[in-house]
Amino acid sequence: MLYRKPKIRLMGDRAVLVELGEGISPGINQKVRALYSGLATHGIKGIQDLVPSYRSLMVVYNPLVISLDSLESRLNEIWDSLDNTRQPDSRIVEIPVVYGDQYGPDLEWIADYHNMSPQEVIRLHTQPVYQVYLIGFMPGYPYLGEVPDEIVTPRRKTPRTHVPAGSVGIAQKQTGIYPVASPGGWQIIGRTPVKLFDPRGEPPCLIEMGDRVKFFNITEQELLEWRP
Amino acid sequence: MAAVDTIEVLSPGLQTTIQDRGRFGFGRYGVPPSGALDTFSLRIANRLVDNFEDQACLETTLMGLRLRALNDVCIAITGAHLRPQVDNNPLKMWHSHVLKKDQILSFAGPESGCRAYVAIGGKLKILPLLGSLSTNLPAGFGGVEGRALQKGDMLQIESTQLKLAAAGRKINAQWIPNYHGTWTLRILWGPQDMDFTDEAKGIFTHSRYTVASQSDRTGIRLDGARIERKNDTAESIISEGLVAGAIQVPGDGKPIIVLGETVTGGYRKIATVISADLPLLGQIKPGDKVQFEPVAIDGAQQALLKMEERINTAVQV
Repeated sequence: MLYRKPKIRLMGDRAVLVELGEGISPGINQKVRALYSGLATHGIKGIQDLVPSYRSLMVVYNPLVISLDSLESRLNEIWDSLDNTRQPDSRIVEIPVVYGDQYGPDLEWIADYHNMSPQEVIRLHTQPVYQVYLIGFMPGYPYLGEVPDEIVTPRRKTPRTHVPAGSVGIAQKQTGIYPVASPGGWQIIGRTPVKLFDPRGEPPCLIEMGDRVKFFNITEQELLEWRP
Repeated sequence: MAAVDTIEVLSPGLQTTIQDRGRFGFGRYGVPPSGALDTFSLRIANRLVDNFEDQACLETTLMGLRLRALNDVCIAITGAHLRPQVDNNPLKMWHSHVLKKDQILSFAGPESGCRAYVAIGGKLKILPLLGSLSTNLPAGFGGVEGRALQKGDMLQIESTQLKLAAAGRKINAQWIPNYHGTWTLRILWGPQDMDFTDEAKGIFTHSRYTVASQSDRTGIRLDGARIERKNDTAESIISEGLVAGAIQVPGDGKPIIVLGETVTGGYRKIATVISADLPLLGQIKPGDKVQFEPVAIDGAQQALLKMEERINTAVQV
């Protein structure tokens, strides 16, 4: 549910969370994106960073440059003018994935958990066009939603100490991709050869907030021979 | 000017990374600030050697690094007292010196605090990534190949000669911080303090916490009184933005002070450390004691202005 007016919550004396609604929904997330674009376009002096997420936008500011009061009034002004801000068309990024075996060590477990075949899990995972709700946790990590109800799966009880770069995982209703190797607790079903984060790239991330993502199944051979 | 090898790392110690004031403006890509944890010491160190105050320094932890100068350079050490030495003679901290060609800077070990900053006059010849030289260890980029320094690393620094004249700068002795290991951190409540009972908030501000050994550049974990959230709240929240200083309370009720290596998280934040006290977070080490003191936003603003004033006036040329 979208709030009538944003709730502004303080996170210390140099960040505010502008919360736009209750719960997870594509509508609220689109509104976050709209507010993000509005703020980014206005280029308000003193704003250091903007972090959009499911239902809120974090605004990091330099309190020596802009006061909380002026920041709040600018935020409200921009919020009020939002309806006229046109959103850029959302593009679809297609991500190749080799599912199962050593690339997706939890695929069989998920299949057993839901009493279906691994092929059925793959079919269901590659079916939706996912919305990118958030890039977070680590650089370039997309939180995608939502997976079909049939394959909603809890996180692993014991997180792995090493999840390879490119691993595709499921956690509850979300699916995501590890851009770099890291510890992690998501159920890993496959791996993509595509590079998601490159600090030398412009932009540094393949997938951006507001994009949509579709997975497609490739073979191990295709993974090994993949050239960007 | 041709850059030549200026510094040779003989031993990295426990952990030494290249850090500047941080990487801001890429939060929407999930890119955290990283950067020096104690920016007060970083900024002073740079001023002591006549650098811009936000330039990159070496951040060295507890058992400091050993390095050799391959040319004369102006250096200054600030932050934790790790007993710096030049060719085995004690070196005065918060003071700039010339480290002569072939001299060796080393540290005898921690006396107080956690992280020392080594500023070298001149400009490190490293390509900035996303606007910063800071090392992001979890994602493996920035600094030297995205990793902590290693034995044998050579650092190239430009314009070192121009900075030699800064040797002899020092700071007003009364501004040298005292890291005694018992900390009172000022906080502002929120963003999710409403999800905790008044009793839980009372426990939080009246308890003395002990810093757990798993603490590192990503966060300071605290042992002590558990903070219970209200009964009608779920264990985690919908992931949202996060800044350094935010105090998360996960399911086990043990607070974690977040540092600058992440931009999002799914735990409630009962309170957030004020900007003026953020530099202290870099000096808190396992075993230290931590208490929290709530202040109002005006108090936070006053404290920040006071700190800025100190940084702007501390260095005596």
